[in-house]
Amino acid sequence: MSKGSLDREAKEKLVDIARRWYQQMTEGAIPSISLPSRTKLNIAYDDASEVWKYGDRESVRSAHTAKSALHLLKMAYVIWFLKKQILESRSSTLRELYYISEGWKRAKFSAQDESNFLIEDLEILTDMQREAFHLRPEEDGATVFGPLRLREMTRRGARDIHCRDDVGEAGYQIPNNVENVDLLDHDAKFVIAIETGGMYARLIENGFDEEHQAILVHLKGQPARSTRRMLNRINAQFDLPVLVFTDGDPWSYRIFASVAYGAIKSAHISELLATPRAQFIGVQPSDIRDYNLPSDTLTEKDVAALQSELTDPRFSTDYWKDQIQLQLKMNLKSEQQAFAARGLDFVTREYLPRRLSEMGIL
Amino acid sequence: MTLADELARQQRSISVAEFFEKNKHLLGFDSPTRGIITTIKEAVDNALDACEEAMVLPDVYIGIKKVSGDVLRIIVEDNGPGIVPAQIPFVFGKLLYGSRFHQIRQSRGQQGIGISAAVLYAQLTTGLPTTVISRTGAEEPAYRFSLQINIQTNEPEILSRDPWDWDRTHGTRVQIEFKSTMAAKKRLLEYLKYTSVVNPHARIRVEMDEESYLFERVSDEVIACPKAIQPHPHGIEIGQLMRMVSGNEKRLTDFLVEGFSRVGRKTAEEMCRLATLKPDRIAGSLTAVEQKKLLDAMQGVKVPAPPTQACLSPIGEELITRGLEKEFQMDFVRARSRASSVYSGHPFLVEAAIGYGGKLPPEGNAQILRFANRVPLLYQQGACAITGSIAGINWKSYSISQTGLPTGPLLILVHVASTNVPFTSESKDAIAGIPEIEREITLAIQELGRELKTYLSRRDKNRLQEDRARAVCAIIPELAAKVAEIVELPPPDISPIEGRIMKKIVVKKMTREGRVNLEVCNYTGQPGTLTLYDISGDQATDADPAPAFVTDLEGEYTKVWQITVDPGSVWNVSYSGSGGGALEVRGVPGESVAVVDLDV
Repeated sequence: MSKGSLDREAKEKLVDIARRWYQQMTEGAIPSISLPSRTKLNIAYDDASEVWKYGDRESVRSAHTAKSALHLLKMAYVIWFLKKQILESRSSTLRELYYISEGWKRAKFSAQDESNFLIEDLEILTDMQREAFHLRPEEDGATVFGPLRLREMTRRGARDIHCRDDVGEAGYQIPNNVENVDLLDHDAKFVIAIETGGMYARLIENGFDEEHQAILVHLKGQPARSTRRMLNRINAQFDLPVLVFTDGDPWSYRIFASVAYGAIKSAHISELLATPRAQFIGVQPSDIRDYNLPSDTLTEKDVAALQSELTDPRFSTDYWKDQIQLQLKMNLKSEQQAFAARGLDFVTREYLPRRLSEMGIL
Repeated sequence: MTLADELARQQRSISVAEFFEKNKHLLGFDSPTRGIITTIKEAVDNALDACEEAMVLPDVYIGIKKVSGDVLRIIVEDNGPGIVPAQIPFVFGKLLYGSRFHQIRQSRGQQGIGISAAVLYAQLTTGLPTTVISRTGAEEPAYRFSLQINIQTNEPEILSRDPWDWDRTHGTRVQIEFKSTMAAKKRLLEYLKYTSVVNPHARIRVEMDEESYLFERVSDEVIACPKAIQPHPHGIEIGQLMRMVSGNEKRLTDFLVEGFSRVGRKTAEEMCRLATLKPDRIAGSLTAVEQKKLLDAMQGVKVPAPPTQACLSPIGEELITRGLEKEFQMDFVRARSRASSVYSGHPFLVEAAIGYGGKLPPEGNAQILRFANRVPLLYQQGACAITGSIAGINWKSYSISQTGLPTGPLLILVHVASTNVPFTSESKDAIAGIPEIEREITLAIQELGRELKTYLSRRDKNRLQEDRARAVCAIIPELAAKVAEIVELPPPDISPIEGRIMKKIVVKKMTREGRVNLEVCNYTGQPGTLTLYDISGDQATDADPAPAFVTDLEGEYTKVWQITVDPGSVWNVSYSGSGGGALEVRGVPGESVAVVDLDV
């Protein structure tokens, strides 16, 4: 789709929301909008796309209460602003949008979260991504290192880049809009996505990518949309297995879940962002036991998070139920880098190869 | 001469009149300002009591006039049954003379002190006699008396006694002159106002200082005069028992059955057995020791509570409410009459009312209206059991703030009716702290407090809803403006939305394709009855439903519909025409209706 027609579609879809309200008001009805309810109770597995998407539950926001009326007013202001921005071919970041709202008096956002959330609402309502509204995310993409060649359209023209040979020690930085990247070719057997920078650097230093023909992707904690989109595209285009390597605690399992199944926040674009065939390497609660890893006891919050994961549809497999229950029983958690207790090479020489052959990758 | 002899020469009996001359405060004549209120109070009490006995609706006239200097002339006139001429001197000219002292029933006056004390007071301050005119019926002439009290003997002195030409067919008029001031005018009016609240069947007319006031009756029901009952065995003391048995020729059981209420033959026999006295003893023959034994036995046997229906005359919840509403403007009024109860053998009942909001002063202590046997109690509020009971209640649990007494725009009325109201003193200002009475007062007020709480929380909820609705209505216009800017159209009319949110009745007129549609949506909580005036050039002959009537004024047709729309429902009419003109709604307050012409 050309940029011009994409802009037109985005603008029309935004203005349609306002048109609906205008229509409601002229009919004497209280303006309202209905959105899928955004709780974990309302995400369901979509067999066709193999990702978790919003279910049928809808919540109606009607200007009946002052709170909802204000929400609609804020939405109207954002639509008005985005329409203008699209027409003027300008763009802004989510953070900038938050600051722009300072001048909207009553409709100004009280926190960045609020404006981010509202943009997600608009993505759901228009079935488009925020990039189409000329909104850029604040978070910069993470990095990729390994036998992968791609072409990025930069402001200074197209650049062909090999993600090991043409980049520095830190790897290739994923741009905000992954749609500007063409994946060319690769020499890899699998992709390994790593939560922490320390472990990512360890694998690079130990030459894991060369030794096992692996593409290393740094997730940088909870992965940005662009990172997830990149994994989704590598997986889809080259049919390479994607493995996720995180710490062994409930929060890290959620990082895996968002890579594999999508996040509750972005369930409306799960198809673009999630990699349903991604697999979890570790650290598994059973690894803590089997390798006797240095560990910490679970905090109250950890326990609550694990309990909540037991009811999370994304963790409703036997594998996860067993692992989570085991962890609750042990009352322990470990970081990825705890493998260093067995020596700096243990993770690349022993642990990962053993897990990879267990999983049938090697 | 011994000292004792010396003293004996000074020892002599004291007349009641002399005693009260020295102890005026005991009767409520401590100061000239108070004296005027007490005088009027006593005269009005007598007037109301008399009218009640005669089963007539009381019409009481009160006149207060400055005669000269600090001498005031007070006139109280009623339409009661009148007093026979032979009795007039005693009623007004002798202390402790009355008809109700020995009767066991609810009445305002009891001891026969009040009005004669006023006569005495007048005599002491001005030396002037009191004038009384009374007539007992159309057949009888009226008599005019001029009276004084002989202070030494407590006997009336008749200065003159003449037939009098009086325009009333029955009634009594008393005219007393004494030294006082009008300083207590406000208090006096307050007293009359309160009297009027608990005597909703009375009309009280006042002329004072060239000004006149009228406290109109709100009920035309003559109140039934309470009937006297026999004493209850539990409410009797040894002295009374001694009086009753002396010279009584009856057998003990007959004496008990006939002389007391709620004593049957079985109970009487049980009393005799308990007192180890033979049931056939002659009552008059009991010795002092036996009398004491009998009294103990009477109080030791379980006897049902005395009958209360006949001897008490409660005002009733409805009349209290009406009486209060007549004199005070309040948002909430509830009254409660408790069932009658008994303390020490005396029947009593408590009635209470709570008023809230309106024009009551929003700050300060609650206004407390105390009544005993339909008489307002104006003084010594702090010493009264009613005040004590009110202060003893935890008002915070009824959403009322409290510093000892409850505070805020609150009015509390308590009426204690009894055959024997236990006053703390003869001036009848305060009710003594009898636990049974305090308990009934507390229960009555607590019941009302719960209703008040419900009212307050409902009111607060409504207020909250309204605040919320207001908040929404502040945002909607801005939303409409912004949305209009986005879609590049003129801002939509949002008054129907506001009507919906503010819970109003929304009336819409819309013309589409040659048909005019009128729509009435009721978003309020009540059925809306209104008259719709649709004024335009359309004749609306095919209107369905047809208008109640149509008037034609030079081609302008006014179509009128009278409709009732239930809450949440919609009424509509449509007719062929071109619309335009004006739409008007009558019959509902302007703030609860929104008229929208969608054609404009």
